[in-house]
Amino acid sequence: MSVIEVLSGVLLAAGALALVSGGVGLLRFPDFYTRTHAASVTDPAGAGLILIGLLLRVDAWDTAVRLLIILLFLTLTSPTATHILAHAARRDGVPMWQEGDRRR
Amino acid sequence: MTAFSLINIVLLAILVATAVTITRLRALYEAAMLAALFSLVTACLFVLLDALDVAFTEAAVGVGISTVLILGVLALTRSREAVTQRRRRLPGVAAVLLVGGTLGYASLDLPAFGAADSPVHSHPLTEVYLHQSQEAVGIPNTVTSVLASYRGLDTLGELVVVFTAGLAVVSLLGPLRRRRPTRPERPRPIADFDLADYRVIRVVSGGLLPFVLLFALYVLFHGEYGPGGGFQAGVIFASGFVLYGLVFGLDRAQRVVPHAALWSLVTLGLLVYIGLGMATMLLGGSFLDYDVLAPGNPATGQHLGILVVETAIGITVASVMTTIFFSFAGRGVSR
Amino acid sequence: MIFAVMVALLVTMVLALVRAFMGPGLYNRILAINTFGTKTVLFVAVAGFLFGRPEFLDIGILYALVNFVATVAVLRLTHLQDPWSGTEGGEAG
Repeated sequence: MSVIEVLSGVLLAAGALALVSGGVGLLRFPDFYTRTHAASVTDPAGAGLILIGLLLRVDAWDTAVRLLIILLFLTLTSPTATHILAHAARRDGVPMWQEGDRRR
Repeated sequence: MTAFSLINIVLLAILVATAVTITRLRALYEAAMLAALFSLVTACLFVLLDALDVAFTEAAVGVGISTVLILGVLALTRSREAVTQRRRRLPGVAAVLLVGGTLGYASLDLPAFGAADSPVHSHPLTEVYLHQSQEAVGIPNTVTSVLASYRGLDTLGELVVVFTAGLAVVSLLGPLRRRRPTRPERPRPIADFDLADYRVIRVVSGGLLPFVLLFALYVLFHGEYGPGGGFQAGVIFASGFVLYGLVFGLDRAQRVVPHAALWSLVTLGLLVYIGLGMATMLLGGSFLDYDVLAPGNPATGQHLGILVVETAIGITVASVMTTIFFSFAGRGVSR
Repeated sequence: MIFAVMVALLVTMVLALVRAFMGPGLYNRILAINTFGTKTVLFVAVAGFLFGRPEFLDIGILYALVNFVATVAVLRLTHLQDPWSGTEGGEAG
């Protein structure tokens, strides 16, 4: 196994771990804002790690370009979407969780 | 169990769960978003089945445009579903069971998934489309050559359907331009809510937009070699434009493309398509027979014809979708 | 390795889906659906590698795009019910 393959495997594993932890956070965190935190941090991180991991396995340049375009799109749109989402929720008065509250 | 069937089973389970949840939700905005999720999963299944062009259409239309249009309609009406009495639901349940049972019964007649002796694989027409088309039309994506060349007339019919839909929406909802207010305080148009106040989204959308339009053009002209084509490209183009209208306001979007120009484009695409058919007839061929476009070199003629037709489809679809969005969104809120 | 990533993706999709079903309220659902959308983009990319079909990636680009458009649209259009004045505009970002 070459160095590149090992590196790609490590990146893919890290990305998968980030995704699953984000999913668990999305499910388990007590309110909307903490869930936003879970999703918005792990989403671009996991996507980036996995896409770069795949990028190391590419054998044609046009595939690499497509992967890079997806990476660019995701790193731009995903944080933007969660940002405006959290912003709109704040303006809408979605309540914030405090110690001792019930889970929502 | 292979990896392939495992993935398929998980996706199908997600589909069923989503469908059940959609029917149980009373909040219609949420239901519309879940319907978009449903489309995404369906498109993933199409990808796994190798139906790339269908997946492209499903994603572009089901997630992009139809979600936006449904949300636009909900903004004009109520966003909560009215409660139906239990007794009144019975006819609906009966109809669903009847239709569903019939469809399920009919599906027993279908050949097994992947069966090699099904009509799709054994019919002589398959040979024509899959192999002879490579020499006669000479483009790698068979779907495009079937849609734009062999079945050009059918595609023209579909385009007329899209055109008619746009016409119907505009004639029902009134002209595109904003009408004079009947009340002193006129209904608040969507354009007044400034999402553009959010600087982040304004910058990101503005930066993304050229790439979106470029991607639409890529889908249009790459449709002969990979998944994509006029319909998909038109819808992507419209999504980019809708994004612009949503973020920067309808007024600015209408300044970029005034409604008169939009309507000219709607008809232009259709006229180019029909005009190409007329041209082939004048050159001595039959309607939409592209072989005559380049005498002595049918493959070049086919290329040219398909390119013109796809462009025409793209123009009409993009402008019809944009027109429909403007007519919904431009009406403002009803309450 | 790629198959393990695929399994992780499917697990995350299911987790996000449960959040999308539970809600509560519009924002939790949009958040979950947006996350789910990102996962489908990755799903298509990973499936392309798993089955040796890199042309799947074109579809991934489209998913990333429509996912963003749908999220922007729902935020924009749901806010019509409580049209707040634009005076606060500009402080965001």
